[in-house]
Amino acid sequence: MWLACGCIFLLVSVVVGISVGSLSIPFHSSMNVLWTAVWPKEMPADISPTHAAIILDIRLPRVLLAALVGASLALAGAAFQGLLKNPLADPYTLGVSSGSALGAVIVLFFGLSLPLLGSFTLPVISIFSGFLTLLGLLGFVRFIEKTLSTETIILAGIIVSSFLGSLISLVIALTGDELRQIISWLMGSVSMRGWDYIWLILPFFIVGAVLLFANRKELNALVFGEETAKTLGVDTDKRRIIILAGASLLTGAAVSVSGTIGFVGLVVPHLVRLLVGPNHQLLLPMSMFAGSGFLVLTDLAARTIIAPTELPIGVITAVIGAPVFGMLLFQQRRTKTR
Amino acid sequence: MIQVKNVTAGYGMKPVVENISFDMEAGEILGVIGPNGSGKSTLLKCMYGALKPDDGEIIVDNKRLGAYTQKNIAKKIAVLPQQTDVAFSYTVRQVVELGRYPHQKGWFSFQQKQDEHIVDKALQETGVLSFSNHPMDSLSGGEKQRVLLARALAQEPDILLLDEPTNHLDISYQLNLLDTLKDWSKTKQLTVIAVLHDLNMAAMYSHRVLLLEDGRQKALDKPSVVMEKNRLEHVYQAHLERKEHPSVPSPLITLEPSSDTLERKRENVLDSLSIEKTPGHVCLMSPFHWKTFSSAVVGAGFGWHRYFVNRHVDKDYACDQPKQEYTAYLKKIGLDIDDTAAMMTAARLDDGAFVRMAGDNHDVFVYATAGTSNAVDVSKSYEYYSMNHTAGTINLWIFVAHRLSEAAYAQIMMTATEAKTKALMDYRIYDPKTKTLATGTSTDSVLVAALSEGEEIEYGGTITPVGKTIGKAVYDAVSRTLNHYLKRRSGNEI
Repeated sequence: MWLACGCIFLLVSVVVGISVGSLSIPFHSSMNVLWTAVWPKEMPADISPTHAAIILDIRLPRVLLAALVGASLALAGAAFQGLLKNPLADPYTLGVSSGSALGAVIVLFFGLSLPLLGSFTLPVISIFSGFLTLLGLLGFVRFIEKTLSTETIILAGIIVSSFLGSLISLVIALTGDELRQIISWLMGSVSMRGWDYIWLILPFFIVGAVLLFANRKELNALVFGEETAKTLGVDTDKRRIIILAGASLLTGAAVSVSGTIGFVGLVVPHLVRLLVGPNHQLLLPMSMFAGSGFLVLTDLAARTIIAPTELPIGVITAVIGAPVFGMLLFQQRRTKTR
Repeated sequence: MIQVKNVTAGYGMKPVVENISFDMEAGEILGVIGPNGSGKSTLLKCMYGALKPDDGEIIVDNKRLGAYTQKNIAKKIAVLPQQTDVAFSYTVRQVVELGRYPHQKGWFSFQQKQDEHIVDKALQETGVLSFSNHPMDSLSGGEKQRVLLARALAQEPDILLLDEPTNHLDISYQLNLLDTLKDWSKTKQLTVIAVLHDLNMAAMYSHRVLLLEDGRQKALDKPSVVMEKNRLEHVYQAHLERKEHPSVPSPLITLEPSSDTLERKRENVLDSLSIEKTPGHVCLMSPFHWKTFSSAVVGAGFGWHRYFVNRHVDKDYACDQPKQEYTAYLKKIGLDIDDTAAMMTAARLDDGAFVRMAGDNHDVFVYATAGTSNAVDVSKSYEYYSMNHTAGTINLWIFVAHRLSEAAYAQIMMTATEAKTKALMDYRIYDPKTKTLATGTSTDSVLVAALSEGEEIEYGGTITPVGKTIGKAVYDAVSRTLNHYLKRRSGNEI
């Protein structure tokens, strides 16, 4: 039932995202165009070729990219929160996004292109540096205290984030040219990316999502702590690495195509959890649907609020996300001291 | 079922547990006890595969534990953890469903009908079915514990491990939990290994007990054998006392505060007793508690008392519930019932006799009241008397300024009784019905009170030093009160 709602929410968001913009296209036209694209047949006569072109070449890739990025971030967030037993965890607060971004910026800066990887160099490096950041963070926290407590992880995440952020700034300062481009990339955007980016993110998204879905029950067990999960028969060492890898894969893929878009991974799983409960069998798919729909709508807002100027999408998610983050922290503190 | 062979394990260079070995049968309950840091939890971790032994092996169903996958271990062994807080609010049913995890195959397995059935059963058997859709964090500690137990049960294990399962639980929940486990060990042949903090719980519920000290196996046997006073005192570095449980055949361990926290007592404790006489009763008061053993109406058996009351009641005193009536009386005269041992007598309190006698190093104080109208020859009583409770006639209080063993209490009662009987004989008291010499009266009562500290007197028989003093003192006191009694009687007759 919930899953159906999620699907419908996503579809509606996509249709709305495609139809609304500087040039409004009636819903039925965009539906028709979509339908023809999926099910090849004659384009109905009442749809102008311009509309079709706008939809298929500009808006659809943009909306799909937003959907994929949103889904990736929300899934990664849900997985991090479950694994770390901590509703405040997400790729952004943990510094994984920053790690991925640093990797991406370095690739851009040096114009790197690894053999065999070709155009996949950027996402691969980005994913890898995100994963390394995460391992580094968890190693650091474990070094401070064995229990991996909520507060320490968040604090360490902030330290890591700002450290990596300053490294990124350093790289940008060295760049000189293209300053504006990199900065706007960093603030997060899904505009003018085209289909290439979708094909770039899609394989990573699929692998990452499959890894996480395959571990939905293990995530439920891990919420009760590693020790307990073990007694329930979960091979915790292996599963934890798989989950971290899956979540880093999703984060890195999302960052590599859209820059750092914060708080989606925090807010969406949290709200979804309020709706459907903490069971990851439902939480993961619902977070995916809600995250993609949410980012499609956010992107829509980013490009229409002060059209024709576009806001960076990361600004909007941060404007929504930061207060929610604050609220969560407040609530958690209060329940703890009670 | 499960064999632990010379297991040594730890986290670093120094092993936390060393050379532990035991075998368990299906349906057995093993209690693991030992002070903090003795390696109880570490041993348990080895048993569910969370910690690899550095040396030795654990064999479950004829196969090394290390050869099992984590999932297959979970099919055989379930663990009930100490209370854990969970970040997210799962419902009770979701928590219990996790117990089916080891039985589900494949990456994309879904809940089967059979799983659902087993979960339902587990919910029912632990009594949490009625709130199976409630969120976990809305439950009380005891309820949460039961949910976790249901989860363990849903694993359908052969072996259940518990790590201090009764921590933070009210005693009713503790008993409830352990009763349930005991029941399952019988009906499901569930093997239970429980780390228990509470020695008495371990004694009552375990078939065998494993005592650990500094990671080494100190003892492994039936609770009554393992829980020996000196051994426990040594391992736990605490003063404790072992008694037998009043209602089940298991040892009962009681703790004692170190002696300097007890009140200091005066050199000559008997001097601190004060006597208050009113027409209705005689009350002996002490500034501290005496450990008493008596057949008094109020405060019978072993107890701690500082007020001792002998109340005069009419010869025809009849009351269905003398204890309740007496309690009300004591309340009226302002005494704390818990601190009071109280007797009744139809004899005149004026006839009572106080005797104080000094032994070598044990002063004795005896109080007696006597009347002989109900005198009985106990050797003939089966021929004549029907059961008939009335107020006591010869009441004896014996205060010994020393600490006594339980054996000494029993022997002093015998010594005192013999001395009393001898006095009755010397005064030629006859059983009015059998016309033979009486050995006592039908409603005699006796109280022995002694101190709680100092050196212990082990025996109180008739030729022990204390027995001699008591024999003499009781004989004198009973003689004197009989003397008063008989004099007054003969005077009245004239």
